[in-house]
Amino acid sequence: MPADQSSDFSYLAVVVFTFVGIAFIAFNLLLARLLSPSAPTPEKLTTYECGVQPIGDAWRQFNPRYYLFALLFVVFDVEAVFLYPWAVAFRQVGAFAVAEMLIFVGLLIAGLIFAWRREALQWE
Amino acid sequence: MSMQRLHPRSASQAREILIGVVIAALILAALSATPLLPWHLLDPIRAYFYERPLLNNLAKAVLLVSFMAVQCLFLIWMERKFAGWLQARLGPMHVGWKGVLQTFADAIKLLLKEDIIPALADKPMFRLAPYLVFVPAMLTLMVLPFSPNLVGFDYHLGALFALSISTTGALGILAAGWGANNKYSVLGGMRAVAQLLSYEIPMILIVLCVVTLKNTMSLTQIVERQAGLWNIVAHPLLMIPGALIFFSCALAEVYRAPFDLPEAESELVSGFHTEYSGMRFAIFYIAEFANNVFTAGFAAILFFGGWHGPVLPPIAWFTLKTLLLIFLMMWVRWTLPRLRIDQMMSFCWKLLVPASLILFCLTALSVVW
Repeated sequence: MPADQSSDFSYLAVVVFTFVGIAFIAFNLLLARLLSPSAPTPEKLTTYECGVQPIGDAWRQFNPRYYLFALLFVVFDVEAVFLYPWAVAFRQVGAFAVAEMLIFVGLLIAGLIFAWRREALQWE
Repeated sequence: MSMQRLHPRSASQAREILIGVVIAALILAALSATPLLPWHLLDPIRAYFYERPLLNNLAKAVLLVSFMAVQCLFLIWMERKFAGWLQARLGPMHVGWKGVLQTFADAIKLLLKEDIIPALADKPMFRLAPYLVFVPAMLTLMVLPFSPNLVGFDYHLGALFALSISTTGALGILAAGWGANNKYSVLGGMRAVAQLLSYEIPMILIVLCVVTLKNTMSLTQIVERQAGLWNIVAHPLLMIPGALIFFSCALAEVYRAPFDLPEAESELVSGFHTEYSGMRFAIFYIAEFANNVFTAGFAAILFFGGWHGPVLPPIAWFTLKTLLLIFLMMWVRWTLPRLRIDQMMSFCWKLLVPASLILFCLTALSVVW
């Protein structure tokens, strides 16, 4: 089968595959519901905590470190969105494009060093 | 106890190894014979499907889903046998030859198990999470070229697509952890997301190095441009460190030891899928092993020439390379102890991220000069 060219290109495959994936899970869960027993008791439906009575629920404050790393991730992920088109186009522009990219990555490295010095990468 | 007792080398063991070698040789021979089969008889069927894109994609999708279910059964058996061998025990032995049908029995057992949703859970999110984990795993496998013809969706931005979709799997894991309203699950979900997002950065940068070298984002093109010379041989100074960083990230992306903090048994029971049972649990497992196949296959494509290789047909080479990389991941998993979360995060942000940034700059400079 010939490859999809960018000219006659469609995202039909993504839609169909997503749909088939959802259908596969739904079918399996339906099958399991038909075949498996269902006899819930209050004890069976308690939250599992190694036999100890759970105190309160689990939706509470969490470590703010996760938030800092999420912020850093966004910075570097957006950078990737810029660099991927650059990687397939910079041959046409030449050395100037490489110099620009080096400045861009240099800024990122400076940001990483800043975060490092401010102990944002420290996990305690 | 002497080493002789721990690792008995008997005549029966030699015979088992011989049987294994013969079976592997037979499978390879069968795969090598596939180009000789009368494939042209299928041409009318192919033409029929090619004229109907919807039907064509539907057939491919069904094929991929079946592949995902079957690879999971085989890989779990392989992992259990391998773990047994490393720990000087036998592993599954009773169902079928050398326990090869054990995972089929397990699948049937999971299908027949009661599906329990804890009373305190956020039920819509608890039900939604398996979909959010499984569908991204499937969409990443979709763009992976198994051979020149065998690819679900030959996308010209394949590398970028695969990376972005594989990150969305974190959403499903957080939904699973949060929806269960269990302290272990929430902690596991949080750790999973932090780990996946952090290790995504060096992974993206290493894939970017390959994209820069090969001047294309299409995975099939990346493989085709490695004909004759694999990336790791063609650019050893850039690609050997690149492959090592990629492999570390791949281990973290599929939550394998030493990076198995999200499901650390000794701390978090089972992490984000503690409260899942029956078929929903099985779906998490299928997605996990599908991610395993994807990262191993992705590494084979980026560094080891994908389907290229002498004598054997493309599909056999790709399968061999992927299986070998999965085997390597299992080996690491059953050898190394788990890292602490602070060690894991500083390994990524203080070593892998700067190293991959520098590697990317060097790659760009090497292309210009």
